[in-house]
Amino acid sequence: MVTDTVTPAAESAVVDSIRVAGPAGGRRHDLRAISIVWRRELIRFRSDRLRAVTSLVQPVLFLFILGTGLSTLARRGMPPGVDFKTFIYPGVLAMSVLFTSIFSAGSIVWDREFGFLREMLVAPVSRASIVIGKCLGGATIATFQGIIFLALAGFAHVPYDPVLLLALVGELLLLSFTLTAFGVMMAARITQFQAFMALTQMLVMPLFFLSGALYPLSGLPSWLTILTRIDPLTYVVGPMRHAVFSHLSVPASAQHLLAPGLTWGGWPVPVWLSLGIVAVMGLAMMEIAIAQFRKTE
Amino acid sequence: MSARASTSTGQRSASQADGDHDGNRPPVIAVSALTKRYGEVEAVRGIDLAVHAGETFGFLGPNGAGKTTTIKILCTLAKATSGTATVASFDTATQRDAVRRNIGLVFQDTTLDGYLTAEQNLRFHAELYGVPKEAVQPRMRQVLDMVGLWDRKDGLVSTYSGGMQRRLEIARGLLHAPRVLFLDEPTVGLDPQTRLSIWAYINELKAREDITIFLTTHYMDEAEHCDRIAIIDHGKIVAIDTPEALKASVGKDRVQIHTADDQAAIVALAANFGIEAAVHDGALTFSVAGGEQFVPRLFTELGVPIRSVSVSRPSLDDAFMSYTGKTIRDAEASGTDPMRQMAAHMRGRR
Repeated sequence: MVTDTVTPAAESAVVDSIRVAGPAGGRRHDLRAISIVWRRELIRFRSDRLRAVTSLVQPVLFLFILGTGLSTLARRGMPPGVDFKTFIYPGVLAMSVLFTSIFSAGSIVWDREFGFLREMLVAPVSRASIVIGKCLGGATIATFQGIIFLALAGFAHVPYDPVLLLALVGELLLLSFTLTAFGVMMAARITQFQAFMALTQMLVMPLFFLSGALYPLSGLPSWLTILTRIDPLTYVVGPMRHAVFSHLSVPASAQHLLAPGLTWGGWPVPVWLSLGIVAVMGLAMMEIAIAQFRKTE
Repeated sequence: MSARASTSTGQRSASQADGDHDGNRPPVIAVSALTKRYGEVEAVRGIDLAVHAGETFGFLGPNGAGKTTTIKILCTLAKATSGTATVASFDTATQRDAVRRNIGLVFQDTTLDGYLTAEQNLRFHAELYGVPKEAVQPRMRQVLDMVGLWDRKDGLVSTYSGGMQRRLEIARGLLHAPRVLFLDEPTVGLDPQTRLSIWAYINELKAREDITIFLTTHYMDEAEHCDRIAIIDHGKIVAIDTPEALKASVGKDRVQIHTADDQAAIVALAANFGIEAAVHDGALTFSVAGGEQFVPRLFTELGVPIRSVSVSRPSLDDAFMSYTGKTIRDAEASGTDPMRQMAAHMRGRR
């Protein structure tokens, strides 16, 4: 251990060793930066258990209150043996990461107001590594949030099948990443936390309602069909529901009715393309966010 | 009067700045013909400057004089409109990351994460600045010891007092062993006792580290801690010298009097003695050579009843006044200064 009195020799040794770390660091330095920005998100999430609990309230309300309440009404339209809660579960699962992802991106606005953003922006690292770290951090904690909600799958009669769970976690991670990237992109421009909250509140509910989380996407009026196909959330909720229903022992007709698979003007969109769209959108928005942060001083 | 004084001293200090110190080592900070314009407002209007290794250099001036703008350019946080600036021989405009690796920054407003502990804040910094892994722990101990916070390293920063937070920021600014530490108004918003303790820590780190300190301040007593001071007003340096030389250059004592009728006294001072006086900080103030000898004459020849008199040797305040024609508090009070508003605006935004 280092003693209290610092000898000049020891000191200059430290100083010298630090000076040596010049521009050579390059990519490894960027990785360290990404990693520490990511870790900070995790540390803050861990110390904020209240947030973890409160952000579960909304999906739980949707699943158990709305789900149970509507199931008596929906029973007539549902194939026998399928619970309405099972039907809305994938959509509500997506919802469980929706708020956490976007709000974790909102911490950039918070950081800006409280000055910490400056500590990051004046460091000798690329802006890209800060944005990437932030996006990955938000994606990670939102996915944790989703996994907690995933533990409640049994209450919605969704089986705890390892393959299914793994697929769902992967899809949650992808969704969380894209949503965080979206949030970071918005946060690059917005300087007030209240404004960020108001704007995201305004966007989040339409995203959720248009995603087909609460109703099947077939047989809708054409205006609504178009709107649902524009909503990026649709392209994750669809594959998640598909994954859930392919692990249920329900007749093919029921699956066709409830999880018909996404179509573009009659052409069925394959799952890989669906998820690919979400990934490309996420990467594009992250790219925009990086460009925006490069512009700020 | 003040204009003449500033020109002569300006020339003297310029030649001194070149001849001083060891001429072989290039200056750690070199600024030449620097300007910065925000739209209509010229915040910095042609600054030349050389700061040498190991110096504690102070920028003294009222808010909005261009101090913060200059420091931002030196720290690569703002681009100059024209002119050049190098820090540790790296160009602030073209070698941004190299400059950043060699400087430590302590801003006016805190840039700590209150939800992290002191240690976590420092670790974050060490990773962002690429401090070698094996050096992080010993160096962290070193800088935290220096500001007396090692025992409190596991405390959440949000539980720290204002003075502790400032000390932690200084420690963090030193963590990556920079060559220059920039302190932008390091003690603003702190109570006098805490300000003194911050200076005790800064002097301690000067003794321990091979570092150049560049600070801005609008506190006169703080400027006294500097090896050299640049007085900056309306975006220009009006004088650069040691605090002692600046004070000596005033050559006159400051006399402050309270009278029954200040206006009549101003007229009488001008008529009877040829002295220009003005009300500063609530007292009629003027400068005169040999102040103590002047007081008896004042009583017999002024013709306006005098309630009290005080005579003081030139302070930095007087030096500031002789170069800018106003006290720093008067300069601060004129809130309509567009540059000051701009500065406040820029601070609020970031």
